[in-house]
Amino acid sequence: MNLTIFLLALFDGIAYAALVFSVAVGLTLIFGVMRILNVAHGSLYAVGAYLTVSLTGYILALGFAPVLAFPMMIVSAVLVGVLIGGPIEWLLLRRIYNKPEVLQLLVTFAVFMILEDVQRLVWGTQPYFQASALQAMGMIRVFGVNYTVYQLIILPLVALVLLVGLRFFLRHTILGKLILATTEDREAAQSIGIDADKVFLLTFIVGAALAGLGGALASPTTSILPGMGADMIVLSFAVVATAGLGQIEGAAFTALLIGLGRSFAVYVWPETAVLVPYLIMLIVLLVRPEGLFGSPTARKI
Amino acid sequence: MSEILLEARNLQIRFGGVIAADNVSLTIERGKNMAIIGPNGAGKTTFLNICTGWLKPAKGTVLFEGRDVTSLAPRRIVRLGVARAFQIPQLFTEHTALENLLISVSARERLRHPLQDMHTIRQRGEMLHLLDMVGCADVADRPVVELSEGQRKLIDIAVALALKPKLLLMDEPTSGVASSEKFKIMEILVKALAEAKVTSVFVEHDMGIVSRYADEVAVWAAGNVQMRGSPEEILQHPDVIRDVIGEAV
Amino acid sequence: MTVRLAIPALILLAVAAIPFAAPSLQLLMNLALAKGIAVVGVTVLLRAGQVSFGHALFFAIAAYAAAFLSASMPGADLVLVLVVAVAGAAISGVLVGLFVVRYRGIFFGMLNLAFSMIFWSILEKFYHYTGGADGIRLPRPTVFGMALERGPFELIMFYLSLALVILLGWFTVRWFASPSGQLFQTIKTNETRLQYLGVSPQRALLTGYVLSAALCGVGGVIMGIVQGVVTPEFAWWIRSGEMVFIAVLGGAGSVAGAFVGAAIYEIVRTYASAFAGDIWQMLLGGFLLVIVIFAPKGVIGIYDATLARLTGTRANDGETRK
Repeated sequence: MNLTIFLLALFDGIAYAALVFSVAVGLTLIFGVMRILNVAHGSLYAVGAYLTVSLTGYILALGFAPVLAFPMMIVSAVLVGVLIGGPIEWLLLRRIYNKPEVLQLLVTFAVFMILEDVQRLVWGTQPYFQASALQAMGMIRVFGVNYTVYQLIILPLVALVLLVGLRFFLRHTILGKLILATTEDREAAQSIGIDADKVFLLTFIVGAALAGLGGALASPTTSILPGMGADMIVLSFAVVATAGLGQIEGAAFTALLIGLGRSFAVYVWPETAVLVPYLIMLIVLLVRPEGLFGSPTARKI
Repeated sequence: MSEILLEARNLQIRFGGVIAADNVSLTIERGKNMAIIGPNGAGKTTFLNICTGWLKPAKGTVLFEGRDVTSLAPRRIVRLGVARAFQIPQLFTEHTALENLLISVSARERLRHPLQDMHTIRQRGEMLHLLDMVGCADVADRPVVELSEGQRKLIDIAVALALKPKLLLMDEPTSGVASSEKFKIMEILVKALAEAKVTSVFVEHDMGIVSRYADEVAVWAAGNVQMRGSPEEILQHPDVIRDVIGEAV
Repeated sequence: MTVRLAIPALILLAVAAIPFAAPSLQLLMNLALAKGIAVVGVTVLLRAGQVSFGHALFFAIAAYAAAFLSASMPGADLVLVLVVAVAGAAISGVLVGLFVVRYRGIFFGMLNLAFSMIFWSILEKFYHYTGGADGIRLPRPTVFGMALERGPFELIMFYLSLALVILLGWFTVRWFASPSGQLFQTIKTNETRLQYLGVSPQRALLTGYVLSAALCGVGGVIMGIVQGVVTPEFAWWIRSGEMVFIAVLGGAGSVAGAFVGAAIYEIVRTYASAFAGDIWQMLLGGFLLVIVIFAPKGVIGIYDATLARLTGTRANDGETRK
């Protein structure tokens, strides 16, 4: 493996990790606060991507500059969070917080099935491409390797901002502290006047918007087609499970681990690239069932 | 004549900053009923958890019939003859009282036949007798979730006894039970233990129960055994009256 | 009580008459029977309070094992194909099971999904061996040395499937009631107590897991033989989801419900796909939500409740779950 290929694999891995992290962080945030694994998270990612492509296509057709693709990403993410995430929490999840875990899984799985068809109905089965954002940023040359600015700089930067921003939000703002308090002990939080329903709704909207943002960010780098949601939910689950469910910083680390593992596999043994994330997860879970950063919970008897 | 069944040597464990077992050593003799008393948080349940393999001590060993069981999983220790009843009854909540016992005896006998109905196993009579012994024969076919706390406690103990253990560890067998029923339950229990020739250790807060049913008492405080002796001498001791009984009243 | 048994007996007789009374339904019903057996596999796990989103894995493993065997041994006998395929599923059940039985709930469900996705991508990527997305043919096996024409062979497969439905359904119901089946089901309610009975919860769960894998394998190999071709779609998550859906539709934890659910599902799908093909997943998802939230006992629960109302007695709780 020469230096060029090594750098390409490294850059691919970083760009990919940044994307996966922005999706996985929403999944792990929702789980950390609400103790629900949102299987429909992958669909929200896919809808975010489709929505960005459509909106960007629309404004470009109106003659606006390609740079405006970026605000469209944020618009898409917010739309996904508010218009899809909000109703899911409000109409469905709210009914099942006290139900067994299996039922909760079935409910979000059902939402997943519904959203997969919604995508097909709205956007059809033909793949979409919309790389204006990627092209608008141009290329950069690093150690003799040409790479897109969008993937090498923008994506990791966004991931970093998300990580630091979320940390700051949860630890140093009133709202974040309210969320953490509700996570620790829902009843105690309610008894001091925190509206747990609102906290859960807000958390879910933010988590869903993060999935949508992941899709929006991914849209210029890949073709958008049915089934991408299913791949992403399993992959982002692999990331958060390897880190330990609910571990935000841990998810950043494992996203990098899995992203790099996958991108190096692409250059070394391409057939196995899809398997690498799962192999990493299985190996980690064999050694540490609670994930790299999770702590084992002993049942009180 | 006093043969040692279980021996704990220098057990140490801490959770965060709290020392839950501080160099605990204790021997339990075969055929005796030992009561463990002491204030909440003194490490009584932790001691039972270590003895049954639920927690691994940082230091120290547990010997059962002379064999080191410190590092064994709970289920292995159970197979050697140590059964346990819990402060909060640990029952199979979708099954009836009798079925809970049948499951227990199925585990004991390692019944594997895939086509035999559990209700027709040979040990059914034995389990009905056991239910009768703990005074729950009339609720045999009721789901355990419908029963009173006291009944569930007794069934929890019966599930443990169904394993034919040599040693039974009980965590507050009479807590959560109406005080009018406590003596009734202990009366039944001590008789059942004697009938099955089972050595027992029970954590207890009610000194009336301790003085009446224990052969020996160990006093726990701050993660260690402070004293042990007969109920008469322990319950008269001024320190115990001040620190333990005072708090219980 | 007699009504409770008479209705299922009548339904079985009606199904047995299909090849003569309604030949156009034969293939459809045969697929429903195959799927029903696989769904019983998912049902087994629901009894322990666990849901697997990846059991199509074993469905596919058995089907591919049958296809590989038939390719390397042309004219292999039906019995041999069935035995090898189901053994393949059961052995994979042990291997995957040894890993996943350490987990419960979310992890159990998602790790099963991950395993099935891994297998699916192997099937797609290593197309030199697996035929890729097009899959591989599964030629008609011989039956006791005889190479049969399509008509008689399909008839044999139909009645063989029906016999397996009855046999395996009966076995599973009996096993649920047996000591080992009861220990397995306590995983749902109290693993702490299970450990303190001297039983390893992992071992208890593994027993049921292998049974569930084998049942899915039986369903998969029948489906493969009847269709004559196996594709990666056999392992696709949508098929796993479909199995979970049918199990919950029929009545979570009910063996009879698995078959009733599979029959209803196949019939509705066949007739609905004409005008609702595009929104099929959506209909399933919507229906799943309605069942989970409003009728968690499924079709069998509704059947029990209706019978109870008609006969004025309490519903038999043996099959339905809380």
